[in-house]
Amino acid sequence: MNFYAFFAQLVALAVALVMAPILNGWVNQCRAWLQNRSAPPLLQTYYTLSKLFHKDVLLAHNASSLFRSAPYIIFSCMALASAIVPSLSTNLIYSPAADAIALVGLFALARVFIALAGMDVGTSFGSLGSRREMLIGFLAEPALLMVFFTASLISRSTSLSTIVETLAHREFVIYPSLAFAGVAFSMVSLAENARVPIDNPTTHLELTMVHEAMILEYSGRHLALIEWAACLKLFAYSCIGLALFFPFGIPEAADPVSLAIAGAILMLKLAVGGFLLALVETISAKMRIFRAPEFLGTAFLLAVLAMLVHLLLEAGQ
Amino acid sequence: MSPSLSQGIPLASQVINLCAAIMLLIGFAMLAQRRVLTLINLFMLQGFVLFVSTLIVALTTKQNHLLWSAGLTLLLKVIALPYILHRLIRRLSVKWDIETLLNIPTTMLIGIALVIISFNVAQPISQISGTITRATIGIALACVLLAFLMMITRSKAVPQVIAFLAMENGLFFAATSATYGMPMVVELGIALDVLVGMVILGVFFFQIREQFDSLDIRHMERIKEE
Repeated sequence: MNFYAFFAQLVALAVALVMAPILNGWVNQCRAWLQNRSAPPLLQTYYTLSKLFHKDVLLAHNASSLFRSAPYIIFSCMALASAIVPSLSTNLIYSPAADAIALVGLFALARVFIALAGMDVGTSFGSLGSRREMLIGFLAEPALLMVFFTASLISRSTSLSTIVETLAHREFVIYPSLAFAGVAFSMVSLAENARVPIDNPTTHLELTMVHEAMILEYSGRHLALIEWAACLKLFAYSCIGLALFFPFGIPEAADPVSLAIAGAILMLKLAVGGFLLALVETISAKMRIFRAPEFLGTAFLLAVLAMLVHLLLEAGQ
Repeated sequence: MSPSLSQGIPLASQVINLCAAIMLLIGFAMLAQRRVLTLINLFMLQGFVLFVSTLIVALTTKQNHLLWSAGLTLLLKVIALPYILHRLIRRLSVKWDIETLLNIPTTMLIGIALVIISFNVAQPISQISGTITRATIGIALACVLLAFLMMITRSKAVPQVIAFLAMENGLFFAATSATYGMPMVVELGIALDVLVGMVILGVFFFQIREQFDSLDIRHMERIKEE
């Protein structure tokens, strides 16, 4: 029993580390197809990462130890976050230790460090990016928490494993609140992963950058770790979305056979999700930064509505 | 693992709840929408959701007069009124009009407060009501109040009229969910009133524009008796 939970945890972590760059490559590939460009190979992110790992690290003269340690902290935060999310099985050894609120805290920790690292060297673009990131973060976080609270109210627990078990193994019930929360969550994850309506991940224009502006000073293995962490963040958010809103196919058991089946289902769901993400990015234009509060305010509104609708329609009966 | 509380609600009731949630969502979308054209399309969508929910209530409770109401909703609010509105904005050439709204997030927050108030107000009513749709009374009330808020915050004439029509949608939804609809005569009367009101307001639009060269009704505050 416990051995299986340990095993499932290791497998989940390994799958997250391996799959995250591939998911990123898949989204880029889909986007290239949709925009009528010739697509980069699926493993392009891996090639980029290995190239960066082979290069030397160049540091600014006034870079402090925080600047050097931040990539490792961010990477481990994101790896831990992807390990907490029940993507392959709900029987994970970490799951009693960290619930949904701790997960949000983990993302916040990574955000604080990347923002500090952006300001550390003292370039103007770095601090500009950090400020924008914190602006987006402080608006996105309450909306994300509200989404988790709605799911927790339905399943009466903040533990992600319990939420997934309740939602996946029940008779079919339509939850209007989950539909609201789902839309709110997609908006938040677009903003948090620096995707198109808020930020453009492929931009080369410094004035419009948010995430890219903070990591302009990084090079070599530090940059590789940060890029990998960004892929892991996208993977973790996708898995949270799948676990909360499409939990079908995540088994409670953690034996190798059900893990393999769950893995296949997860690939399928991620492939569809990645395509949808590319579609959203293609059909929408980047917003001005001052429209971002409106966008995230709407996400927060939807999440609050989800909670209210749950209290009125679903809890009182 | 705790059992979900929602188990045991019949499917029809679940679909009606879903419709109610969508109505509320459209109410908020209208509150935040700047473009007149999209506003009309949202109004049409709201009418359609209202039609679906009325139809389901009629079929599950075997209330035949509700079938007539549903048909009337489809004819009037999904087909006739949007058609008239589309024609009006084309002839007034305000089709691509964009209204500058004051601070959408604040309006949204006020909207949330209204929703909370109406949910609390509707709680006792829901408890004494015996219909299968009783949980949606709060949402219907919230739709009415949101349309009210929209009427207050808009300054152009066409969005105000759309807000008025959306309020009627909310009232109709409230009537359906609280008592399975009003008597047929009342419903017919209201439907005709709305249609006639729309036609008269359409004439008003032209008069207002002729007088002030704009549909901004803030101009009307400065009218003085000669």
